Amino acid sequence: MCLSVPVKLIAVTTEDALMRTGKVSLGDIHKTISLAFVPDAKPGDYVLVHVGFAISIIDEREAQFVFDYLEFERNS
Amino acid sequence: MNEFKRDAPSCGLPLSEAGIVLLAHGGGGKSMRQLLKGVVRKHFKSPFLSTQHDSAVLPMGETRIAFTTDTYVVRPIFFPGGDIGKLAIYGTVNDLAMSGARPLYLSVGLILEEGFPMESLDLIVGSMEEAAQQCGVEIVTGDTKVVERGKGDGIFINTSGVGRIEHSFQIGPQAVRHGDAVIVSGDLGRHGISIMAAREGLEFETTLQSDCAPLSPLVQDLLESGIEIHCLRDLTRGGLASALNEIAETACCSIAIEEPQITVTPEVQGVCELLGLDPLYVANEGRMVIFVPQAQASRTIEVLRRHAPGKQASWVGKVTQDPRKQVSIRSRVGIARILDLLSGEQLPRIC
Amino acid sequence: MALKFIDEYRDAKVASLYSARISEMTTRPWRIMEVCGGQTHSIVKYGIDQLLPPEITLVHGPGCPVCVTSVFMIDSAIELAAQPEVILCSFGDMLRVPGSHKDLLTVKAEGGDIRTVYSPLDCLKITRANPDRQVVFFAVGFETTAPANAMAAYLAKREGIKNFSMLVSQVLVPPAVETILSSSASKIDGLLAPGHVCAIVGFESYTALSQKYRVPIVVTGFEPVDILQGIALCVRQLENGRYEVENQYTRSVRSEGNPSAQKMIDEVFEVTNKTWRGLGNIDASGLSLSMAYRDLDAERRFNLSVKSTEKPNKETTGCQSGLILQGVIKPPQCPQFGKLCHPDRPLGPTMVSSEGACSAYFRYRGREGAGHE
Repeated sequence: MCLSVPVKLIAVTTEDALMRTGKVSLGDIHKTISLAFVPDAKPGDYVLVHVGFAISIIDEREAQFVFDYLEFERNS
Repeated sequence: MNEFKRDAPSCGLPLSEAGIVLLAHGGGGKSMRQLLKGVVRKHFKSPFLSTQHDSAVLPMGETRIAFTTDTYVVRPIFFPGGDIGKLAIYGTVNDLAMSGARPLYLSVGLILEEGFPMESLDLIVGSMEEAAQQCGVEIVTGDTKVVERGKGDGIFINTSGVGRIEHSFQIGPQAVRHGDAVIVSGDLGRHGISIMAAREGLEFETTLQSDCAPLSPLVQDLLESGIEIHCLRDLTRGGLASALNEIAETACCSIAIEEPQITVTPEVQGVCELLGLDPLYVANEGRMVIFVPQAQASRTIEVLRRHAPGKQASWVGKVTQDPRKQVSIRSRVGIARILDLLSGEQLPRIC
Repeated sequence: MALKFIDEYRDAKVASLYSARISEMTTRPWRIMEVCGGQTHSIVKYGIDQLLPPEITLVHGPGCPVCVTSVFMIDSAIELAAQPEVILCSFGDMLRVPGSHKDLLTVKAEGGDIRTVYSPLDCLKITRANPDRQVVFFAVGFETTAPANAMAAYLAKREGIKNFSMLVSQVLVPPAVETILSSSASKIDGLLAPGHVCAIVGFESYTALSQKYRVPIVVTGFEPVDILQGIALCVRQLENGRYEVENQYTRSVRSEGNPSAQKMIDEVFEVTNKTWRGLGNIDASGLSLSMAYRDLDAERRFNLSVKSTEKPNKETTGCQSGLILQGVIKPPQCPQFGKLCHPDRPLGPTMVSSEGACSAYFRYRGREGAGHE
């Protein structure tokens, strides 16, 4: 359920709070999506997009957790 | 005209239950096979139809010819990298090439809707002649019909083609052998995705163009290079997965492919991720799958890469002795799964 | 060019490291349920269950909003779509799901004006472009889709749009999870919670469930490596006798979820009882339009003749999707699987929806549904 895809926010295209939209890229294609639910997202951030809306900002530091965990387990 | 009617996906209900023609019946998947088996082949009994190949290879005195027909209904009619006219020429030329024939002559049938812009028609017909010249074929006969406004969706084009077989192979599923290498002539999915991008509703921006291209020069080069071609199939609706399933069924064999060996451009992958589509089922128009003895695989790839449409040719798998007679794919995490035919076309999904 | 935050979570080497780690840790049989259909899809597609030691059994939960949309709702959508003044907008997933007699695609072939949309905002575009028609949006989804669906209603009301309405079939995950955990038939030891639902609503609501049923709950993503790490974290807890809520999907999920999205859900929707196809009625497990938005409710605007006579687990004879959605059996254990029931002739929703467990098994494992090698 909930097919959501991580994309890169390239630019904010409309600044109105509710109608805030941004242009995102995924593998060289661009699409305009709604940023209404990620008011803190800024160009350069990666966001998770579901049905045309960004629903979460990806924490790039946390993204390493999956790989660091293996190291931790190996050493423990 | 309902803006979404053309791209609407299709239902998986069995033929008998639906009672009417559904879009799925033209989708290149299971429903289409049901229609062909249940209605078309119930009446059309020629043994030449049983080869189920892209063109029919017919004896003509001392020689053999290949004969094929195809009808083009693509929307939009002008898309990045081509138009319906160009497609109508390349598509039929490619079907002839899949028997290893040298394409020679084409016919063109136009069905035009009252009100269709003359300027568009002029562009399309001009594009067809340009494509024909590029392929070295002549358009030698044709027909034009006009239907009332509302009854024809702009333009439909049928092209039929004749080519000469200049080799001694029997190229088709019946020639596929255990151990054969399965080679794809390039990256997948560009045509289907660029068509989607050009349609309203999905609205993504891309510089991606259709991979629409003639394949006959590649096939001729393979033959002249002494490659023992067992089977060729151009990848159109239903993508690589459908083509492999059709061949496996006709040839009564199993095919195993490796996902890491499949080439997909970042643009195509991006759109597929966004919409939940699998690139293995997305349409192509200038790509083919080739079955050759494993010993000739490297040479085949070398020859293909001499041509622009073949620049990313790669080995993707092989024909195996798996008794289950199915197509399987080993994912990049190392486990194999079945690669089946879909019932209809793929649906963009939220789940 | 690698797709960032996607390709690295499909890495074969990392997957095999996790596979080895899980094998080392596991000393006893464990039954772990993944709730979300997208996770089921990933597990079956990538063969993740075949990377696990035999002691671990993965069972598949009801996390497919398409599968659990009631027959009544689909029949309502069908009735609406057949009306000449109506344009029915729907996500692609819903179009092939059978109602009592047919599906939306058949209605389309018969002349119904049904349009596939990628985003709920596309419906508003269609609405503005067709002022003389009534546009109905079949608003299906879990909490992940709820804010987006809510936004369509919010904007329609704000703009005073009169020819737009919504047929709402929103469901909530935690009550369904509780129903399954409390059922003695399910026998679940650990749970992988749906990552994208939690991105919206957070995961604080799972703490009580985890404690009450003494079950570790790991918020998990969707890529193969995410699922393997989720399983590893779950097994580590099980082997150590712990039962807590843990977050595997830390790059996308915070414990409080997404406050702006929650605010939109609270503005437009209210909690209601809901009938889940295959599971029956579950209290407080759905959303309906709140009082201020009730005039956008298609069920009120149109005089539908479809009646809600649906009984729990009423399904075409032989369909066991209810048991599958509860994780009691797996698709290959259903007697109809691959015989009377397959994607071309589905008996129930789990075979039709691309996220349904039965469909995933059939598509990737074939008629026998066994592991393929």
